[in-house]
Amino acid sequence: MAANDISNLPAGEPQPSGTSRGLPWADALTRFLVSIGIKPRWAVIIVPYLWLTLFFLVPFLIVLKISFAYSVIAQPPYTHLDDAGNLNLNVSQSYGRLISDSLYIGSYLNAIRMAAVSTVLCLLLGYPMAYGMARAKPSTRNLLLMLIILPFWTSFLIRVYAWIGLLKNNGVINNVLGFVEDHLHIFSAINSLWLSLGLSDQPLIGALPWQMMNTNFAVYVGILYSYLPFMILPLYANLEKMDLSLLEAAADLGCKPLKAFFVITVRLSIPGIVAGGMLVFIPAVGEYVIPELLGGPNTQMIGRTLYNEFFLNRDWPTASAIAIAILVLLVGPLMIFQRYQDKQMEGAE
Amino acid sequence: MAAEKQRPQTQHTPWNDPQAQPYIRIEHVTKKFGDFVAVNDVSLNVYRGELFSLLGGSGCGKTTLLRMMAGFEAPTAGKIFIDGVDMADIPPYERPTNMMFQSYALFPHMTVEQNVAFGLKQDGVKAPEIKQRVGDILELVKLTQFAKRKPHQLSGGQRQRVALARSLVKQPKLLLLDEPLGALDKKLREATQFELMNIQDRLGITFIVVTHDQEEAMTLSSRIGVMDAGEIVQIGTPQEIYEYPNNKMVADFIGSVNLFEGQIVEDEADHVLISSAEAGSDIYIDHGISSAPGAKVWVAIRPEKLHISREEPQHQVNSLRGVVKGIAYMGNLSIYLIQLDSGKQIKVTQPNQTRAAEQSIDWEDRVTLTFHPNSPVALLG
Amino acid sequence: MHRQSKFILLVLTIGFIFLYAPIVSLVFFSFNESKLVTVWGGFSTKWYGLLVQDQQVLDAAVFSLKIGAVSATLATILGVMAGYILVRFHKFRGRTAFSGMVTAPLVMPEVITGISLLLLFVSFDELLKYWFGPNAALGRGQMTVIIAHVTFTMSYSAVVMRSRFLSLDQSLEEAAMDLGARPTKVFFVITLPIVAPAIVSSWLLCFTISLDDLVITSFTNGPGTTTLPQVIFSKVRLGLDPKVNALATIIISIVACGVIASSFWMRHKERQRQLDEQMAIRAASQAS
Repeated sequence: MAANDISNLPAGEPQPSGTSRGLPWADALTRFLVSIGIKPRWAVIIVPYLWLTLFFLVPFLIVLKISFAYSVIAQPPYTHLDDAGNLNLNVSQSYGRLISDSLYIGSYLNAIRMAAVSTVLCLLLGYPMAYGMARAKPSTRNLLLMLIILPFWTSFLIRVYAWIGLLKNNGVINNVLGFVEDHLHIFSAINSLWLSLGLSDQPLIGALPWQMMNTNFAVYVGILYSYLPFMILPLYANLEKMDLSLLEAAADLGCKPLKAFFVITVRLSIPGIVAGGMLVFIPAVGEYVIPELLGGPNTQMIGRTLYNEFFLNRDWPTASAIAIAILVLLVGPLMIFQRYQDKQMEGAE
Repeated sequence: MAAEKQRPQTQHTPWNDPQAQPYIRIEHVTKKFGDFVAVNDVSLNVYRGELFSLLGGSGCGKTTLLRMMAGFEAPTAGKIFIDGVDMADIPPYERPTNMMFQSYALFPHMTVEQNVAFGLKQDGVKAPEIKQRVGDILELVKLTQFAKRKPHQLSGGQRQRVALARSLVKQPKLLLLDEPLGALDKKLREATQFELMNIQDRLGITFIVVTHDQEEAMTLSSRIGVMDAGEIVQIGTPQEIYEYPNNKMVADFIGSVNLFEGQIVEDEADHVLISSAEAGSDIYIDHGISSAPGAKVWVAIRPEKLHISREEPQHQVNSLRGVVKGIAYMGNLSIYLIQLDSGKQIKVTQPNQTRAAEQSIDWEDRVTLTFHPNSPVALLG
Repeated sequence: MHRQSKFILLVLTIGFIFLYAPIVSLVFFSFNESKLVTVWGGFSTKWYGLLVQDQQVLDAAVFSLKIGAVSATLATILGVMAGYILVRFHKFRGRTAFSGMVTAPLVMPEVITGISLLLLFVSFDELLKYWFGPNAALGRGQMTVIIAHVTFTMSYSAVVMRSRFLSLDQSLEEAAMDLGARPTKVFFVITLPIVAPAIVSSWLLCFTISLDDLVITSFTNGPGTTTLPQVIFSKVRLGLDPKVNALATIIISIVACGVIASSFWMRHKERQRQLDEQMAIRAASQAS
């Protein structure tokens, strides 16, 4: 049986004869609402509901509307949909362009690809970390948790900026590698070995400095770095709650530890994997800052394209159309995320 | 159908007095959660000053019924009257009831004093009176020196007493207790049981207790209502319930019982003869039951009512033969597991009255079990 | 616990090095004498000095803090309401929609939230101009940024509060009602004080996220006012800037102090609670 919904109890007449005490303004409001036939609890529901409807839902409808407008040089830079009674719909110049111009499709697909790959990378690195944290001693566990949360609370922008310094051609990594190479000559040794094998006439390891900034590689690193805590935390929450006696029972029944890990631990952690995956993938698709700061001119991700379309080209209708396209893509993952949230609620009750 | 038999008279039994007005009236109350029927057409009268227990296993609906009396659930059908007033549409903060929660529900950010005083403050009672009444009730539950402590600084037993004090201080017409002793260990539970009864007696407040522990119900209650699957199966004093269970479920739920399947051979006003293959002997009961001849019945005999001996059977009826398969020595009594010739296993308990019993029964002994003709109870289902 | 496998330990170490190397390098080079951020020229704190003289940065910081405080407060209030509704109110019309709207901003890409809010504000301004004339438009500025920040940070608050309300024993609220307190009073006198710590962390979370936001702020901010992230971003686009390193170090230090302090605080409370319980048990066994 679900927990009782105490908001739905009979309101009762807040009469002076009743002995129960309430807050005067709340009682007055309740009296008023009951008198016009509205359940008092709607006074509470309406506030966040109205806010979200007005500032979250309605804006999407406006974006949809403007995606059908024409771009003009004016303030604001779009036309009205009905000009003196005539429907002035623009499909070809916004949505049409999305389809015809390869820039948009390219960014779109690129964003999906990069977000998906980054999600997998986050999982590959994050899962063992979350596992290690969950299985650690309680005192160590808290310390590790604190160490994961600390970057999360530090400015995202600053952390992405930090990678510029690391990845630049004369940045920290290249300098360190250069220093090591100058003294130990590891790379040249490997390269001569590789060439002597005769499999190829190109050296295996490229010459220093490596071009890491303004590449797809940098964007992958950036996304992995920024979103790693978002993958680790739900996974950790899931793994930490796991009943370890399940593994003991499996061992007792003759199951080897590695197999038990996959069949029991991983299976039970699937909700955590899904949660973490959605928390990484969905926002990563629309990322702007990371491709802008770390990516090159050919790392077009759809979020960056939208931003540029909006601010540089001042083409609001096209930008709106891009937004709608992204939303359409994300409906599926959003619903998966919602399902996971609902399951979490039920599970906790 | 209930078996009719002679009932012993007790002293103050308002439920037997046709003039007495019930303090709490539950009339045909049903509660459904979707398709699930938690409480099914329950009717019940509780009289003023009673300590009434709702007894049953988990899921039987007793807690739901309690919560409906408190006002946290609304009945799908039926009415609840407290002191003559219909409780429909009256929210919990307006009802003359108070509840003691299973988890105690003590406000963690308030001291013991503040917890107990909370209800009085809601009534607008003046500060000096609050101080007086809180002081009195804390003395009653022996927690005066803990008044300034917060709940997490108290032991489980102390918290339980705070919860009790908080629910009593408003002197409600009805106190509802949800498994009040469930979280206490055995020794503490026994001591608290008597304390609870004393307090109730002293203050004269009507208690309705929900419990799954039949020993607790038997100790505390003036009357017990046994519930199963949302329905009240039997209402009666502890003695009535134990000695004269209505049906198999009650007989089995309360204490231990041996049940024999049988068929009615003779059914007279003053006796019944039942043939039972399970028992391996005819059973003669010295009072009549109302049923059809040839009807199938269950005969319930409590383990302590069977007398065990190594002698040969003297009579044809009310004698069972079997072999001792198990013995458990409990200190004050011994429990014997007997396999009858018919194959059925039954339980017999005997008090250890002498240090070394004359004929001490041993494993694999062949024994005869006899019982007085008014010991068995015939049940029709 | 169990013996940790070597592989797990290795991955943990690599992972934490990965997470902290950039932060360490930021801090390290904020003390670099040389302007070339990645070539060490000697120890110096001159960039900190230059930072606090940079009026643009200071103004932006003040503006960001103001917006952060206001929006965090509003977002927390709304988040507490939303979290409570999701946990305690079971069936009402539009509940699924409400639930979706509360949690969707958590994952929604910022460019989408940004563009949609800006278009809302612009459309609203158009409406005002249509009704009241060309000067009625409100424009963008502090107000619109606050509204935007409240809208997307309230989801974080709602999720934190929802989790707290789920673990709150409902019989506490029922007991209060049973003792004669009406529901609203129960909420303010019983529920809120008990969940107060969660409300505080909710506020801090909203504040931090608001301080850090770039994309949504870019869309909804007006001319004449800039937030700290906007200033940082414009500097960073031009190349590396040691003053940004200095600023970063300051922010990191504050956050680190906060996280460590709160961790000690929680450990202290936990130990206190354990001592209290032991004392109670001992007292009870003496009394019986």
